[in-house]
Amino acid sequence: MKLEVSIGARLGAFALDAQFTAEGGVTALFGRSGSGKTSVLNAISGLLRPARGRIALDGMPLYDAQAGIDLPAHRRRVGYVFQEGRLLPHLSVRQNLLYGRRFAGRSGEGELGHVVSLLGLGALLERRPQDLSGGEKQRVAIGRALLAEPRLLLMDEPLAALDAPRKSEILYYVERLRDDLRVPIVYVSHALDEVVRLADTLVVMSEGRVLESGAVGETMARMELRPFLGRFEGGAVIEARVAEHDLEMGLARLEFAGGTLYAPDVDALVGERLRVRIRARDVSLALARPESISMLNVLAGKVAALGEASGASVDVQLDVAGTALIARVTRKSAAALRLAPGLPVYALIKSVAIDRHSVGWA
Amino acid sequence: MPLTPAELEILGLSVKVALASALASLPFALGLAFLLARAEFPGKMLLDGLVHLPLVLPPVVIGYLLLVALGRTAPLGAFLADHLGIVFAFRWTGAALASALMGLPLAVRAMRQAVESVDRRLEAAAATLGAPPIAVFATVTLPLVMPGVLNGMLLAFARSLGEFGATITFVSNIPGETQTLPLAIYSLTQMPGGDAQAMRLCMLAILLSLGALMVSEILLRRARRRARGA
Repeated sequence: MKLEVSIGARLGAFALDAQFTAEGGVTALFGRSGSGKTSVLNAISGLLRPARGRIALDGMPLYDAQAGIDLPAHRRRVGYVFQEGRLLPHLSVRQNLLYGRRFAGRSGEGELGHVVSLLGLGALLERRPQDLSGGEKQRVAIGRALLAEPRLLLMDEPLAALDAPRKSEILYYVERLRDDLRVPIVYVSHALDEVVRLADTLVVMSEGRVLESGAVGETMARMELRPFLGRFEGGAVIEARVAEHDLEMGLARLEFAGGTLYAPDVDALVGERLRVRIRARDVSLALARPESISMLNVLAGKVAALGEASGASVDVQLDVAGTALIARVTRKSAAALRLAPGLPVYALIKSVAIDRHSVGWA
Repeated sequence: MPLTPAELEILGLSVKVALASALASLPFALGLAFLLARAEFPGKMLLDGLVHLPLVLPPVVIGYLLLVALGRTAPLGAFLADHLGIVFAFRWTGAALASALMGLPLAVRAMRQAVESVDRRLEAAAATLGAPPIAVFATVTLPLVMPGVLNGMLLAFARSLGEFGATITFVSNIPGETQTLPLAIYSLTQMPGGDAQAMRLCMLAILLSLGALMVSEILLRRARRRARGA
């Protein structure tokens, strides 16, 4: 799957001017509310007509201003899971799920059984949308979009209206779509933990423009050194493999290119690949390998770059054997240690700082 | 207290006229409802005013204008009679036409409200599932508007049961042809010794209209419940 987006539009006083490409997996559109993320989804789905530019899926244009192409929404085969579900209130859950089948030129129930078991909808089929909880509605909305057999699935903050337990439930299902069904997904969110857990490609938007886009780890590292997003909960993402579980201590040993990480409460099995988010504020720096300390994770690397100072702190980008990591330290410490690009340092990370929310399947 | 054959004839004619007027006005009312709810065009306010006119105009004005336009000697009336075989003047069809016009504002208001309350984001969702516009209309819009359509038709039906002024002016008061319930009551009140019979017909009119209004209220509640649940 290859999605190319290069569009411009004016929506009232708001100007949208977005360019990015995405290939397979999950592409996260990340940014504050009002940054134009949903407008981009609407343009891809055909619900919003841009003023200029081009949108193509696998080389086939969905919209091309110059060639005069504007495929209507119902012929794009782009699924859309909306923030508020948008189930059809006069139909049962089963009828909602099967709604798109006849338009996809499919008869019968097809993959209904598979989708129902994947999303755990078995007990809901004969119910009406108004009798469902928020999380159930969202699962039905996902199933309904899938059964229309889309070439691409758009998800607009599908977790925004849900409480925390429901959020992790739906996140789990989205991971299954990505890993079991291999549906390409464009996922809009303003929550960094969702993005880190799900995304392969990250597109950062602000005020209608794309600021950064690319592989999630690199993009986050680049983004970190730019203060445009304010002091959001920043950090780096490391792809690691589960090497061993220490059941007695409740710790997992994770291996990655730059060394070893110990993390608690990891659900994954030995050999599985994980994505671990290390928040910048949880990383300390030392010039020599410290002895007799409680921190289990001591990684050797060197300073790659120093970000712009903001208040008392400064973000330091590290290179740990090719893996990017970010440490947020005080300006006072940075001066005392004489931090500068090229300086060899040790990055120290508390294992307990790596919680359940910072770990997802890669 | 069983109804006499004469009373049954009056009741039957009233229901026939009311049903015909409600059914005949349905496509026009629904079309106007969509036009007023969703389209923007010059003269929209004027059209809205014209649709509402029967609500405030003296019914006798409507009846007289119909008579002038569709009487047997009028050009339009003669044309319809000669070429299409449709005669309105002094026929029950004329009574149906007069009450359809009088009920149109009520029907349009109810249906327009229903069209406006349809969440258009649901239509957009259906489009992303592959539904072409005509299918979106048939499987999303129309089912959601349906309670409002039924409600509008019931109001038009109930309004028709009570229609008097336009009917008597346009098609006169002919027993068995145009003498509906209100017209029959009027005739009886003009007759010495007709009071008891008039009262029986009054009771009948009350029961019939109350029934129609109650069914309409039930439909409205059901529609509200559905709208909330969405």
